[in-house]
Amino acid sequence: MILNSVLVLIGGFFGAVSRFGVSQWMNPRFSSAFPVATLAVNLSGAFLLGLLVGSGIGEMWLRLLGTGFMGAFTTFSTFKLENIELLAEKKWKLLIGYLAASYIGGVFLAFIGMTIGLL
Amino acid sequence: MGIYLLVGAAGMAGALLRYYVSIMIEPGWMSGFPLGTFSANMIGSFVLGWFTTCIVALKKMPPPVLKAIGTGLIGSFTTFSTFSVETVELLQQGLWEAAFLYVFLSLAGGMLMAGLGYHVGHLIYRKGKSA
Repeated sequence: MILNSVLVLIGGFFGAVSRFGVSQWMNPRFSSAFPVATLAVNLSGAFLLGLLVGSGIGEMWLRLLGTGFMGAFTTFSTFKLENIELLAEKKWKLLIGYLAASYIGGVFLAFIGMTIGLL
Repeated sequence: MGIYLLVGAAGMAGALLRYYVSIMIEPGWMSGFPLGTFSANMIGSFVLGWFTTCIVALKKMPPPVLKAIGTGLIGSFTTFSTFSVETVELLQQGLWEAAFLYVFLSLAGGMLMAGLGYHVGHLIYRKGKSA
């Protein structure tokens, strides 16, 4: 329990820092209303977590890289806040596109990751 | 550079809280439904909405601290990767209803919670301003 907590803490630190780094790097380069940075971390994170789970790595690695790193690297709350902001600005097409890309893309990429991980 | 350390430190707390929520809340109510991740995502969506329209708007805290709490703490408390993998696992176990409900409730419920937090935060902010 304590060891697992420490692993989640370490993973969480690097996951959050990486997500922040990606958003700092991407946001000035893609000045569109579409939240590319959140979409990029969420889709790549879904694929990578699928890969980890599929490959059957041990419990400790899963806590460090899965629950800690990938869990913190991807985010649901920012994604939902961005949904609400697009809704408030009545950007319907962007909202629908963002939702579809995130949910369909996330589940599909997690599946691909898990399948490749099994190989 | 300091802001990265702040965001990372807050991210540690967010990830650990999510881990504990997932341990404490057993999958229940419906066979296989990932209630732990779902709870963290719903709570986090509400809190980030409130935080953005109330605490960030009030500008009473230094911007790096606001970033650390919003992006680091609340952002890491919620997760999208675990949600995606859990959905695939439900599908692979043939738990179609649970998988469909999980996606639907996350999509609609998350927007509802974020929207609720957003409006509640805005109301509190306006009350604070006029007081």
